[in-house]
Amino acid sequence: MSVFEAAGPLPIQTPTARRVRVLRRIARRPVAVIAIAVIVVIYGAGLLAPIVAPSGFNESDLLHRNEGPSWDHLLGTDNLGRDLLSRAIWSAQTTLVISVLSVAAGGLALGVTLGLLAGYLRGPVDYVIMRLAEIFHSVPTLLLLLIINASLRDRVEEWGQSLDNLTGQEWIADYASYFLVLVVLSLFGWPGIARLVRSQVLALRQSEYVTAALAAGASTPRIVFQHLLPNVSNLLIVALTISLGSVALAEVGLSFLGIGIRDHPTFGLMISEAVGLSNVREHPHLILVPGFFISALVLSINLLGDQLTDVLSPRRR
Amino acid sequence: MPAGLASYITRRLLIVPVVLFVVSFVAFALGRFAPSDYVQIQAGNRASDETIERIREERGLNDPVPEQYARYIGNLLQGDFGTSATYRVPVDDVLLPRLWVTLQINVVVIFLTWLIAIPLGTWAALKRNTWLDPASIAVFLFFSSVPVLVSTPLLQLLFAAKLSLLPSGGWSDATHFGIDLGLLSKKAILPILILTLPSVAGLARYMRAQVIEVLDQDHVRTAHAKGLRGDVVVIRHVVRNALLPIVTLLGFEIAALFAGSIFVETLLGIPGVGQFAYESVNSRDYDGIMAIVILGSTLFVLAMLIVDVAYGFIDPRIRLGEGLRQ
Repeated sequence: MSVFEAAGPLPIQTPTARRVRVLRRIARRPVAVIAIAVIVVIYGAGLLAPIVAPSGFNESDLLHRNEGPSWDHLLGTDNLGRDLLSRAIWSAQTTLVISVLSVAAGGLALGVTLGLLAGYLRGPVDYVIMRLAEIFHSVPTLLLLLIINASLRDRVEEWGQSLDNLTGQEWIADYASYFLVLVVLSLFGWPGIARLVRSQVLALRQSEYVTAALAAGASTPRIVFQHLLPNVSNLLIVALTISLGSVALAEVGLSFLGIGIRDHPTFGLMISEAVGLSNVREHPHLILVPGFFISALVLSINLLGDQLTDVLSPRRR
Repeated sequence: MPAGLASYITRRLLIVPVVLFVVSFVAFALGRFAPSDYVQIQAGNRASDETIERIREERGLNDPVPEQYARYIGNLLQGDFGTSATYRVPVDDVLLPRLWVTLQINVVVIFLTWLIAIPLGTWAALKRNTWLDPASIAVFLFFSSVPVLVSTPLLQLLFAAKLSLLPSGGWSDATHFGIDLGLLSKKAILPILILTLPSVAGLARYMRAQVIEVLDQDHVRTAHAKGLRGDVVVIRHVVRNALLPIVTLLGFEIAALFAGSIFVETLLGIPGVGQFAYESVNSRDYDGIMAIVILGSTLFVLAMLIVDVAYGFIDPRIRLGEGLRQ
C-alpha cells in the first residue's frame, strides 16, 4: 500500500465503499480477471446448458463415432457418437450444481454456523462441536465416502422410488444419486470451515465492538451474525472459493469409482469412460476434452483463491 | 517433561480409540445396512432363498448389528479380517502383500516430495518480488489442479507408448504374493512420478507461504542486522521456523496419497491396496472394504497422533494453548 494512505487520517468507510475498493483491487490483477473469466464461462455454460449446448447429452450420431473435431462436432464425438462439446457443457452443469449446493450446505450453512457458535459460546457447545470436527478430521475422507456411497446408494434409490410412488411424482428417484453425493460431500465439507471461523471468532470476541454490542443489550444471534460474521468474511470467502474446486475434483474421483452422479454427464464420468490406454492412444480427444475443462476450472478457482488471499488478507493491507 | 505436555499427549491418545470406534462402527453398520447383501454375492445368482437364509443364520447375520460388530472386532483383533468376496480367500492374504506394494511406492513419494518441495517452496518465497513468484505459484497450482485420473493416462501415453521410455505395466500377480521389490524396477517410476507431482506442488505452495510469513518477522530482521550471512539466516532462522507448521501436513499427505493410489494403481494395473479398494467397491465386497477402511483409518490416525505429539514437544504454544490446526 502506498505511504500516503498510511500517513493520512483513516478514511471512514461504509461497507459499500469497502466492497467497491476490494473489487477495484481485484480488477487491477490480470490473473484474477482471467481466472474469473474462465470460471464464469464454464459455470455460465453449465447454467445455460439447455440453451448453449449444441445437442442433448444423450443424442448420438452413430455415423460419426470417435471422431476428432469437425464443423459438425467442434470437439469431436465419443464412442457412441455423442457430441463431446455438448457433453462437456452438460457436465459443467452437474459440476455447478453439486459444487455450489454442497459448498452452500456444508461450508456455509453447517461450517459457518457451527464455527460461530463454538467460538462465541465456548464451553460445552464448543467442546462437542470441536470433538466432532476432530473426528471428521481424523478419518481419511475418501474411504468413508467410499463406504457410505457404496452401501447407501441402492437404499437411497429405493427411498426415491417409494417417495415417487407416494407423491405421484416421477423425478425424485432420478435425483437420488445427486442427493447422496451432495449429502456426503456436505457432511465432510464443514469441519475445515468451522475451525477457521471458530479461531477467528475466538480472536474477535474480546474486541471492543463486541463488548459494546453486549452492553447495548444485543442478543447472541445478533452479535454473532451482525457483528462477528462480517469480520470473518474475508477469510471465509477464500476458503469457500477453494472448496468449490475441491468438490469439483471429488466428483471426478467418485464417478470413477462408480459412486458418483448417475444418468447425467459429469466430467468424472466422461474421464472414466476415456481412461483406458488404448482409448487414450487412439482417441486422445476423449480424455483431453473433459480433462481440459475440469483442470481449467479447478486451476482458475485455485488461482482466484490465491489472488483473493492477497487482496483480502488483513496482513498485507 | 515440559509443562502441559503429559495432559496434551493424554488428550491426543484418548481420541484415537474413540475415532477408530466411531469410524469402524459406522462403516460396519453401513455395510450391514446395504441391500445388496454380501451373502448373495458370495453365494452367486443361482442360490435359492433358503440357502441364502441358511448361510445368513449360520454366520449370525440375523443377529442385532452391535452384536455382529462385537464379533467382527473380536475376530479382527485375532487377525481375521473375514473373507474377500472377490478373491474367495481370507482378506489379509490379499491385503498384506498389497499393502507392501503400496507402502513401498508411497514412502518413496513422501520422501521425494519433502526433498523437492521444501527447497522449492523456500526458493519461490525468496523470489517473491520478482516475476518468478507468480509463475511458480501458477505452476504449483496447475499441478495440484489436474486430476490424477487425467494426468495418469496422459503421462502413461507419453512415456510408455509414445517415447517407450518407461514400461507402463508389467506388474504381475507374482509381484504381490512374493517379496519382489517393486522399487528396484523401472515400472515403479511412472506411478511415483504421477503421485509426486501434485504432492510436491501442494507442499511447495504451503512452504512458500510459511517462509514468507517467517521472513516478515522481527527475529529475521535482527539476524540480518547482526550481520549473519544471508544463507545462514535463511537456513537457520527462516526454514527451520517455517518447517514447524508444515510438519503437521504429513498426516493429510498420507491420506491424500492413499486416495491418489486408488486411481493410479487401478489405471496402471499395480497390485496394491488402492487397486484392491477399487475392486472391492466395484464388486460390493464389504469385508474387503471394511478391512481397507479400518486399516486406512488406523494408519491415518496414528500418523496424525505421531505428528501432533512430536509437534507438542517442539512447540510449547500447542500444548498450552488452543489446538494447532485452526
